[in-house]
Amino acid sequence: MPMIELLGVGKTYTQGSTTSMALHDVTLEVGAGEIFGVIGRSGAGKSTLVRCINRLVTPTTGSVRVDGIDLAALSEHELRRERRRIGMIFQQFNLLSSRTVYANVALPLELAGATRREIEDAVTPLLEFVGLTDLRDRYPAQISGGQAQRVVIARALVTRPKVLLSDEATSALDPQTTAAILALLRETNRAFGVTIVLITHEMRAVQAVCDRVAVLEAGRVVEIATPIDLARAPQSATARAFFGETAPLVLP
Amino acid sequence: MTVPDNMWPLLAGAFGETLQMVIVSVSVAALAGIPLGVLLCVTARGGVAEQLPFNRIAGALVNATRSTPFIILMVAIIPFTRLIVHTSIGTVAAIVPLSVAAIPFLARLVEAGLREVPGSLIEAARAMGASPVQIAFYVLLPEARPAIVAAVTVTFVSSIGYSAMAGAIGGGGLGDLAIRYGYERFEPAVMLVTVAVLIALVQIVQTLGDRLARRLSHR
Repeated sequence: MPMIELLGVGKTYTQGSTTSMALHDVTLEVGAGEIFGVIGRSGAGKSTLVRCINRLVTPTTGSVRVDGIDLAALSEHELRRERRRIGMIFQQFNLLSSRTVYANVALPLELAGATRREIEDAVTPLLEFVGLTDLRDRYPAQISGGQAQRVVIARALVTRPKVLLSDEATSALDPQTTAAILALLRETNRAFGVTIVLITHEMRAVQAVCDRVAVLEAGRVVEIATPIDLARAPQSATARAFFGETAPLVLP
Repeated sequence: MTVPDNMWPLLAGAFGETLQMVIVSVSVAALAGIPLGVLLCVTARGGVAEQLPFNRIAGALVNATRSTPFIILMVAIIPFTRLIVHTSIGTVAAIVPLSVAAIPFLARLVEAGLREVPGSLIEAARAMGASPVQIAFYVLLPEARPAIVAAVTVTFVSSIGYSAMAGAIGGGGLGDLAIRYGYERFEPAVMLVTVAVLIALVQIVQTLGDRLARRLSHR
C-alpha cells in the first residue's frame, strides 16, 4: 500500500471574480520509505501540492490519503493529531525566535501534551542525530542557516512522523550546505524509515536524493520518472529546461 | 521663585495619587487589554480563529472608546464608575475611567504587535498540529513578548498624561496640583516642579520598559 495517494487533486483559488487554478487533476502515489521529488518552476503549484498532503490547503477536488487515512474525513481534532505524524520543513525555517534550539525541537511534543521527561528523552538523541548537541541553548538568531535547517529537521522528526514534507528546504542555502542538508535527509530516510516528499526547483537536489520525481507544469503533473530516466530522456519541456540549466551547452 | 515649604507635603501626596491611579489602571489594562488584543488579532479576517461578527463588534467598541476625549469619557461613564467603586469622585473613582481608556488603547497596540508575527510561523505551528488556542499561547504571545512590553510601556506613559485630567472629578494627582496651585494660585515654582517630576517619571518608565523589551528579544 502506498504511503501517500493523491487522486485527481485540484485546487482553485478564488479572489473576487477571478479564479486561478493552482493544481489540476494531480494523481500520484508515493511508496512507503520512498524519497519522492516534485520539481517545477515558481508558481507551478509545488507548495500547494505539498500543503494538500497535510491539509494546510484544502483541495477543491479529488482525495488525499496518507497511510490509508482520508484526511478530508477527519474532524478538526483528529486532523491535528494526524498532522503530528506528518513532519514539515520549510525554506525560511520558521523557528520561533523566542525559543532556544532545544525548546524549538521540543515544541511539537509540548503541543501534543508530552511530559518533560518524554520531551527530554526524544529531543536529546535527535539533537545528536542532526549534530547540534552543543548548540542546544542558542537562539535561532545565533546560528547559521544550515544549522537552523538542522533544527527544523529535528523538530519535524520529534513526533516520530511517517511522512516528512520538505518545502524548498535547501533553496535558501549555499551549495555546500545544501549538499550537507540533502545528505542529512537521506540519512533521516534510512535511519527512521520516513517517507519524504521533497519540493524543489533545483535539479541537483532531485538528482542527489530522490528515488522518483514528478515534474509539475502549471499545476499539472506532466512526467513522473526516476532521476536517471529524467536525465536520459526528459519528456516535458520543463524537465528539458531544468537539464539545460545544469549542463549548459555554451561554455563560458 | 521658590516652592513654599507647605507645598512639599502636597507634592508628595499628589505624586502618590498619580502613581496609584496609573499603576492600578495600567495593571487592569494589562489584565483585560492583552487578552482583548489577542482576540482582536485571532478573530480578524485570515486569523487563526476568524470570527468576523465578533471582530467587528469588538473593534467598534474599541474605536468608540478611543475616539471619546478622555475628559468627556470620565464624566460620561460616571454611572458605571459608581457601579464599580460606589463613588464618583476621588482618586479611586478616577481609576475606573483611566482603566476604561487604557484597555482599548493597549488592546490595539497588542493587536498590532501580534500581527507582526510572521504568517509562515503560524502555518508551521498548524502543520505541527497546534490548535488556535495553542497558536495564541505557544506562538503569538511568546514571539510578540517584546512588542507587548513596549505596548504596556506606551500605555503607562499615556496614562500618566490622562491622569492629569483626574482633577476634574476630584482625583487629585500631579496634574491637578499643577492646575490648582501653579495656574490658579500663581505659583510658577509649583508648576515647574510638577512638570519636572512628570518628565522624570516618564523617562524612568520608558527606560525600564525599553530595557525589559530588549532583554526579552532574541531576534
